[in-house]
Amino acid sequence: MKIKAAILGTGNIGTDLLLKTLKTDFIEIVAFVGRRLDSDGMIIAKSKGVNISDQGINYFINNPKCCDVVYDCTSASDAQEHAKIFKKQGIKVIDLTPAKVGDMCVPDINSEIILTDSNVNMITCGGQASMPMLYLLSKHCKGLEYIEIVSQIASKSAGMATRINVDNYINTTRKAITKFTGCNNTKVILNLNPAEPCVDMQTTIFVKTKDIDFKNLTEKLLDKIEELKTYIPYYELVLPPTMNENGIVVLSIRVKGTGDYLPEYAGNLDIINCAAIKVTEKLKESL
Amino acid sequence: MKKIIITDSSLRDGNHSVKHTISLDSIEKYCQFADKAGIPIVEVGHGNGLAASSLLIGKSPNTDKEMLTVARKNLKNSKLGVHTIPGLSTIDDAKLAVDYGVDVFRVATHCTEATLSKSHIEYLAKTGKTVYGVLMMSALISADELVEQAKIMESYGAEAIIIMDSTGTYLPKDVEERIRKLKAYTNIKVGFHAHNNLGCAIANSLVAAECGADLIDACIRGFGAGAGNAPLELLLPVLEKSGFKTGIDFKKTIKEADKVMDYLIPEVPITTPINVLTGLTRLFSGFEKPIIKASKLYGVEYSSLIFELGNRKLVAGQEDLILEVAQKLKNK
Repeated sequence: MKIKAAILGTGNIGTDLLLKTLKTDFIEIVAFVGRRLDSDGMIIAKSKGVNISDQGINYFINNPKCCDVVYDCTSASDAQEHAKIFKKQGIKVIDLTPAKVGDMCVPDINSEIILTDSNVNMITCGGQASMPMLYLLSKHCKGLEYIEIVSQIASKSAGMATRINVDNYINTTRKAITKFTGCNNTKVILNLNPAEPCVDMQTTIFVKTKDIDFKNLTEKLLDKIEELKTYIPYYELVLPPTMNENGIVVLSIRVKGTGDYLPEYAGNLDIINCAAIKVTEKLKESL
Repeated sequence: MKKIIITDSSLRDGNHSVKHTISLDSIEKYCQFADKAGIPIVEVGHGNGLAASSLLIGKSPNTDKEMLTVARKNLKNSKLGVHTIPGLSTIDDAKLAVDYGVDVFRVATHCTEATLSKSHIEYLAKTGKTVYGVLMMSALISADELVEQAKIMESYGAEAIIIMDSTGTYLPKDVEERIRKLKAYTNIKVGFHAHNNLGCAIANSLVAAECGADLIDACIRGFGAGAGNAPLELLLPVLEKSGFKTGIDFKKTIKEADKVMDYLIPEVPITTPINVLTGLTRLFSGFEKPIIKASKLYGVEYSSLIFELGNRKLVAGQEDLILEVAQKLKNK
């Protein structure tokens, strides 16, 4: 039995997610819903034979119980409004905006919350990229004092919603760091880089800690990356954990996309969608 | 006589040249001078602005609150300004800055990314504070593209658009084309922020004024990133002799230009050969030190490294690629 799902929001994220879900054998997209029928995403969805609608949230009001789960790929403020409606309808929400309605979810750490919660939040691209590494790293640290993550994404991979939500991106990612590592002193930076050819998504993690157990740390991180690659195919450690002259531990990861909708450099779109699908897979196991 | 509004960026851009360590005492002393000399806007903070203290760019020993509070206390007539880059700072940081008494917010993005400023400019415009839009690294795009980006910031509510020559690349003719077009195609004030990589900071600032710029940035002794900015003590007489009015006391300024050597500026910025090359190749001035490091490490000439980096059109934030390019050059 397939999970019946709908995608709300037909921008970069929604369209890439559509193409990814169509490749799975456990998700059936019952509707691809937005506001403009002439958008690129709508045209692609139509060409794939997917049921489309330009009625936005009204589609769900008019078609209650049309699906088991909806992927909200709109904006943080819209997603907050949508959440109330979906809750009433008993449709689970996998939220790909930084709206922070539901509990934050990193499939590698706590995917089981999808079984009990009505709304789970996929944090942010920088959050999905860094959290598995940070979670493991934090277990090797005593007295974590400060965590900083810096993500660089290609300008062309950031749509208008991402840009308007830039503060939400920062605040949500900071909250996730605190939730998954216990460290309250955090800094998150996002750089949009217009260089051509487009840069790949890259996230650098800086950690200040009283004490760190370096023994087998790189090996453990590499093992973890092999696991992650089962759902994020091009996840790569480009700078292994290194202690710099000021006692700061630095590591860098690069995430390339699979090029489903936007080109491969858009690893930021890819990773959050990969995570959303991985969480859906957990839901499927419960059926 | 046309009035030019000068923004003094010494206490912000100057922070780049001392790794963001300008002391609270220095801020206090310089603000006291600036206030007495009648400088209209004094910009204060970390080199990259609000909430920019970080391991990536450089930790500041002083918080935004400490720096801005000291400045505010000592600026009775001058307005207090901040630089703020969405993606690095958030509106929450701007709210705090409002509480600390900041009057002028200069919301900055890379020259192609004006849309990133939407929520910040719109929020600040509603507070009633003065909000300017700033396009950094502006020599990377054409005058027409710059106009498009400026109009985006104007549509969000920016009261002025300031173009920064962060790479120090412009010649006077480039500034002339851009300022004229910005004046013609937008309905807000236009400003210019020079860097001196090609020795044109003063000439470019003068041309900007002659082409109708309303706002010009300057720093005492050119105290700023890389080759430095337009020196305030030099810009004032040049503007006055050209028929512009700044309202700033020149005598006090020229005296302070000596005094700052005792408390603010360890070394007056000069245009080094590397600065010339990065200016020509439109590379971020902040690449200077990573370039030196990489050229030593791999035994390649920094000039060939710089030209190769220029060919690749690297922008700020791609410091990690400098080592990679140096390594490839070595193996050629």
